[in-house]
Amino acid sequence: MTAFLASRLLALLPVLWGVSIVVFLLIHLLPGNAIQMFLGTQVDMTPAQMEELRRLFGLDKPLPAQYADWITRLVRGDFGVSLRTGRPVLPDILLRLPVSAEITVLALAVALAIALPVGVAAALRRGTAADAVIRVAGLVGLSIPNFWLATMLLLLLGNVVPIASVGIYVGMFADPVANLTVLALPAFSLGVALAAVLMRFVRSSLLEVLGQEYVRTARAKGLREYLVINRHALRNALIPVITVVGFQAGYLLGGTVVIEEVFALPGMGRLALNAIAQRDYPVVQGIVLVIACLFVLVNLAVDVLYAFVDPRVRYG
Amino acid sequence: MRGAIWGQIGRAPVAVAGGVIVAAYLAAAALAPALAPADPLGMEPHALLAAPGGGHPFGTDQFGRDVLSRLLYGARTSLAVSFASVALAVAGGGAAGILGGYYGGLVDGTIMRVMDVIFAFPAVLLAIAIMAIAGTAAGTIIAAIGLVYTPQFARVSRASVLQTRGLEYVEAARAVGAGVRRILARHILPNISAPLIVQTSLSLSLAILTESALSFLGLGTQPPTPSWGNMLADSRRFMVLAPWTAIFPGAAIALIVLGFNLLGDGLRDLLDPRLRL
Repeated sequence: MTAFLASRLLALLPVLWGVSIVVFLLIHLLPGNAIQMFLGTQVDMTPAQMEELRRLFGLDKPLPAQYADWITRLVRGDFGVSLRTGRPVLPDILLRLPVSAEITVLALAVALAIALPVGVAAALRRGTAADAVIRVAGLVGLSIPNFWLATMLLLLLGNVVPIASVGIYVGMFADPVANLTVLALPAFSLGVALAAVLMRFVRSSLLEVLGQEYVRTARAKGLREYLVINRHALRNALIPVITVVGFQAGYLLGGTVVIEEVFALPGMGRLALNAIAQRDYPVVQGIVLVIACLFVLVNLAVDVLYAFVDPRVRYG
Repeated sequence: MRGAIWGQIGRAPVAVAGGVIVAAYLAAAALAPALAPADPLGMEPHALLAAPGGGHPFGTDQFGRDVLSRLLYGARTSLAVSFASVALAVAGGGAAGILGGYYGGLVDGTIMRVMDVIFAFPAVLLAIAIMAIAGTAAGTIIAAIGLVYTPQFARVSRASVLQTRGLEYVEAARAVGAGVRRILARHILPNISAPLIVQTSLSLSLAILTESALSFLGLGTQPPTPSWGNMLADSRRFMVLAPWTAIFPGAAIALIVLGFNLLGDGLRDLLDPRLRL
């Protein structure tokens, strides 16, 4: 297991390195270097002051040298300072991280709570009308844009949940009930499409397992059907579903940016969108980097979990 | 061969339903000037936020613009952006995957590591970041969405090439002296097209969703050019007064995405018997 972990961690390094290059180039290569563009908005600055700022940001050096400077500071936890507030970027991002993380985890919980029972039901009723209805319902769930679903829920529940209460975020530890009330709709809006994906996967995975010989053996020895399903089939069928969850974490992490905007929640996504509106590129850069790293780490966690529940992977 | 395909399509009602929806949208987009009851940009000051009915089947927005007309013209924007960006992803990702899969070794390693890096970003987030920094020109939207969906095509085509390149008929082509280009174009590409077609349909649905999300956030198609995403964004301030401005654009997105998903799902059943369960 240690060797497996070490090899997985090692495989991460080139990906993280590549991620850092992309995030760096995003700011430095795209049309009109972003900091130049920011400087362009500061019309009241003298050319000398601009030159001073440019040197401060290291823009007078060649690109590779700028990258080397940047990545060195990054590794030390220095993500730069906000062009608007002058504060270090990273602490502000980390302050917002728990909100986004909570929305993501709750959305995953919603997705699993729908996908598991429905997926199993579809597999057990394979080929019936119920199975067909579930298949189409899954495709419909997959097709509804999460930001529209969120908007419609706000519209429909406008009488039940006053729209004025949207955006009043309460911390998990300050008041768990209020916290969950505020996050229920966002988590549901984000989770539905994932539920549709997972449901289809649970179904096909369970069907595949049900065709295996050990299931036939379990049946042949006279085990009752629900024990065959619960003890033998489902446990094995759910293993590949773990991988899909890791893969789909990108949908959740990207989706929360949009959902936070709809519900005015103070997460990383909303911070990023505000920073975009203000051309505060170090903040944008920092958030993209943090979210991409989270995505990579979630996939590492998924790999490890997979190897833990299915020992064949470790020696494969 | 062709007859066999048409014969099979009749047995795939899901794909047919998806195809019909997609065809209807394409027709609506193409015929928008003829179908639209009004100018999509024309404002009617005496009919602000007018309810559906009369001259405005889907009502009007906060500037008195006809919602149906804007939806029809919005279909042009959304479909054009989605098709162009997916075409970019198919060409770029497909070529990368075929080259990597065929040559293997260092070429393959380099290409797939680059794809892994793009894949390490949540797609919507990377598109948002590119749009935020590179600006919101139509070409940029296409490039951004095309880029984030490229790795899928690289993976799908690479996996198919790996299954195909060792087969006897490819060996035979090589033995009779066919060049690499001929082998790739004439022997490998036709045999990996099925998974690529399925992936194309599914990616089109994602491209539509991404374009609308970007426009919804103000980072995609810019007003006054109508797109479903920016119509939905506009409607948020008025939706309690005029729910139709929020309902119809979202429904338009959901229906075409459903169309591409049905089509992709049905085609997968038809073209890839291994996945038929």
